[in-house]
Amino acid sequence: MSKKVAFLQGNEAAAHGALYAGCDFFAGYPITPSTEVSEVLSAELPKIGGKFMQMEDEIAAMATILGASLAGAKVCTSTSGPGLSLKQELIGYGCIAEIPCVIYNVMRGGPSTGMPTGPSQSDVMAAKWGTHGDHPAICLTPASVQETYEEMIRAFNLAEKYRTPVMVMPDEIVAHMRERVVFPEKGEIEVVPRKSPTVPPEQYKPYDTSFGDVPPLASFGSGYKFHVTGLNKMQDGFPTTKADVVQAEEERQIRKVDANIDDIVTFEEYMLDDAEVVVVAYGSTSRSARYAVNVAREQGIKAGMFRIKTFWPFPDKQIKALASRVKGIVIPEMNLGMCSLELERCAQGKVPVLGIFRVDGEPINPDQILAKIKEVK
Amino acid sequence: MSRYELRFSGSGGQGLITAGIIMAKAASIYEGKQAVQSQSYGPEARGGSSKSEVIISDGPIDYPKATTVDALLAMTQEACDKYTHDLKEGGILLVDSDLVTKLPATGNFKIVSFPIINTAKTDVGREIVANIVALGAMVALTGQVSRENAEKAVLSSVPEAFIELNKKAFSIGYEKALAASV
Repeated sequence: MSKKVAFLQGNEAAAHGALYAGCDFFAGYPITPSTEVSEVLSAELPKIGGKFMQMEDEIAAMATILGASLAGAKVCTSTSGPGLSLKQELIGYGCIAEIPCVIYNVMRGGPSTGMPTGPSQSDVMAAKWGTHGDHPAICLTPASVQETYEEMIRAFNLAEKYRTPVMVMPDEIVAHMRERVVFPEKGEIEVVPRKSPTVPPEQYKPYDTSFGDVPPLASFGSGYKFHVTGLNKMQDGFPTTKADVVQAEEERQIRKVDANIDDIVTFEEYMLDDAEVVVVAYGSTSRSARYAVNVAREQGIKAGMFRIKTFWPFPDKQIKALASRVKGIVIPEMNLGMCSLELERCAQGKVPVLGIFRVDGEPINPDQILAKIKEVK
Repeated sequence: MSRYELRFSGSGGQGLITAGIIMAKAASIYEGKQAVQSQSYGPEARGGSSKSEVIISDGPIDYPKATTVDALLAMTQEACDKYTHDLKEGGILLVDSDLVTKLPATGNFKIVSFPIINTAKTDVGREIVANIVALGAMVALTGQVSRENAEKAVLSSVPEAFIELNKKAFSIGYEKALAASV
């Protein structure tokens, strides 16, 4: 039997990916350029017994998905720049209270209201540092409509596996462009269920580390009662200021991601075997980069591309290895130099990192990248 | 690798993004090629300049936006002025002859013009299907997808009650473009 195909926008594909992953609750506040996610889920969720809530604002939307997740739902919200800013405090709450959820954020021009219909990649630092305090961060940056579909599924899986908020952040170009999507059959892509407690309610502690760094999460309403707070907490969920407990808990939350970095980090290597110049790119910009690399190769230049699929945690190990064998790194991005800071950190001065930064609402075109590739000596 | 670039441009509300989507759908779902459709538009729901770009190829498409355009539709003078700069030499320029009176002074293009909106109004009977008249014309002029596959894409994209209207619009656009390009 041939597979179901459709010609979809990135945002529409994201909504369908969420449904494949078992999303049964969405709360959001419509915002350009991510509104199509709400449009699709408001039509589809009621059909499968799920809930769609249009909230009074971005903050309420984030709070509501955290509540719904604690009640056992698989949840997501969608937003864009200004909404991401408003959600940040509650994203931190999700990190410390360890509540699985997916935040789909389409990157548009900023700061503030910026350019709502223009593309950007300027939220990548906000994805890690937007909420205060040390906390784990997982952020995926898809580059095609099909990949947006699949990365939404992976985001739900990572959220459940590591009991933490996960962000999916296409730029506006990927979110609004249309391509053919081939839908996987049911069961073809793994869907990770939530780890439920195996102990009876009276023995249950929501942060019981005897089950490992990711403790099982009970659903409210299932007979398990526990305390949830944004304060530093003990294993039973109640607040504490005990130095050793706070230190250990903070470190465990970070470790959930850091110790599993090879499970989380994904990337694509394109023509890197003999490459002397590597273009590091993510999202729609990687498509310009691939075009430029192909043209460079035709001209006899040994160029390749390292495409970041998982922006956070950052692929430190891979970039460090590249920096010790290439002559230069080129980084095109639709911001004024965010990924380039990470690349410089990883390159440790071994090779030059040449940036192409654009924030005028226009995509970075292949010619710009090709010209920069040629600057590497 | 073959890479064919089309741009549908005009003003917001003329249905040009829809026309681009249907062209791309025809190529990627029905013709067995690959296609990417993208758009840029201002904050206005109507008015303001609007463009929809479609890349069609036999293989994977990397850069999703136009580099040098093979075929351009301009439904307003502003669009014609603004978007012909990267139309390639020998490329196709289709314009609405009532709305675009000043054709580009330079550039060696194959220019086809007929009153697209007026054709929709008088020959088809509804101005609202001008975008489908234009689509029919672009399909005929570019030859990137077959007439049959394009028609399938049109019919799968419009509401049931308007199938006949759109079929007629597509067909008239297709024929008019052929006649006008002789």
